[in-house]
Amino acid sequence: MLNIFFTFFKIGLFTFGGGYAMIPLIHFYVVDKYKWLGEKEFVDIIAIAESTPGPIAINSATYIGYKKYGLKGSISATIGVVLPSLIIIILISVFLMEFKENQWVEYAFLGIRVGVSVLILNAGIRIYKKTEKNVLSYVLMLFGLAMVMFDLISIVFVILIGGVVGIIFSLIMKNKEVHKDV
Amino acid sequence: MFSLLFKLFYTFLKIGLFTFGGGYAMIPLITEEVFKNSWVASTDILIDFIAISESTPGPFAVNIATFIGYEQAGLLGAIAATLGVIVPSFVIILLIAKAFSKFSTNIYVRGFLNGVRPVVPGIILSVGIMFVLKYVFNIENFHFRDFNIEVGSLVIFVVIFVLSRLWKKAHPVYLVAIAGILGILFFGVM
Repeated sequence: MLNIFFTFFKIGLFTFGGGYAMIPLIHFYVVDKYKWLGEKEFVDIIAIAESTPGPIAINSATYIGYKKYGLKGSISATIGVVLPSLIIIILISVFLMEFKENQWVEYAFLGIRVGVSVLILNAGIRIYKKTEKNVLSYVLMLFGLAMVMFDLISIVFVILIGGVVGIIFSLIMKNKEVHKDV
Repeated sequence: MFSLLFKLFYTFLKIGLFTFGGGYAMIPLITEEVFKNSWVASTDILIDFIAISESTPGPFAVNIATFIGYEQAGLLGAIAATLGVIVPSFVIILLIAKAFSKFSTNIYVRGFLNGVRPVVPGIILSVGIMFVLKYVFNIENFHFRDFNIEVGSLVIFVVIFVLSRLWKKAHPVYLVAIAGILGILFFGVM
């Protein structure tokens, strides 16, 4: 049990950028090294982690911990993966204010803000490329883009509307298939 | 104090519950909530938090929750916000692991995800475009009259964009570091 805590602590400590960057390291410890899970089960877990809300790191830690040691395992794994972040970010917060007074740091951040804008733009492009392309998905994407850009409705509603449209659409498709069979 | 802690917990719970697709998908929601609650004074501070959260180890979601929670209410705030962002995942995954193993093939779940997936790049792109307009062209809330290009910012934008296209596997940390060095060069040295 302590082992699962320390394993996820290491995974939290050694992955920069979170989520997807974490998958290879989780695979290394969980499948290759400790054999807590088989290859197929691992792939299933990643699929579930991607299709449920929330950070992928937390989703996979909770699932693997639970499969191995039940509720206690899932709590240990989740605390393990969260703890390094919590400690590091609090340390940075404590020093950040003094640090940011420095003129050179200020100049660096003028550049970094542009860089991060590019990273966010790229993330949007990357996820767009992975999305299945059809009329419905283009409409939903433009809908999301417009609603947020012009601040028309809150993002929670944008997501919910997307989900409801998706459900209605799959039910219609399913109905059509049923009728085709008859 | 207690009401602030509860607000942090509840807000990050909402953010955790409505983020599909990890890290970057969370940025639009965080931006919206953080300004609604006036938890950061300006976009500058938020984007600095995002930069640091991307360049430090651990899940982005936990980093940014800790940051905002700590800024608002110290250690307890950091814990409240972090708990908020992990509780939805934790509960949903436990339910799936326990009882709902057919989860991913359920028609409602699949339909919902099919609808949510295309919306996610749309909302991320809109936030990306808004940040680029602000930090490269000085355009905020589409007030084009303040339009004014900072040459340094434009060069950094082009360099980082081209670099990220050519060097696809580049880790965000390197791009953030290069942008920082260029910032020092253009705004400090030159």
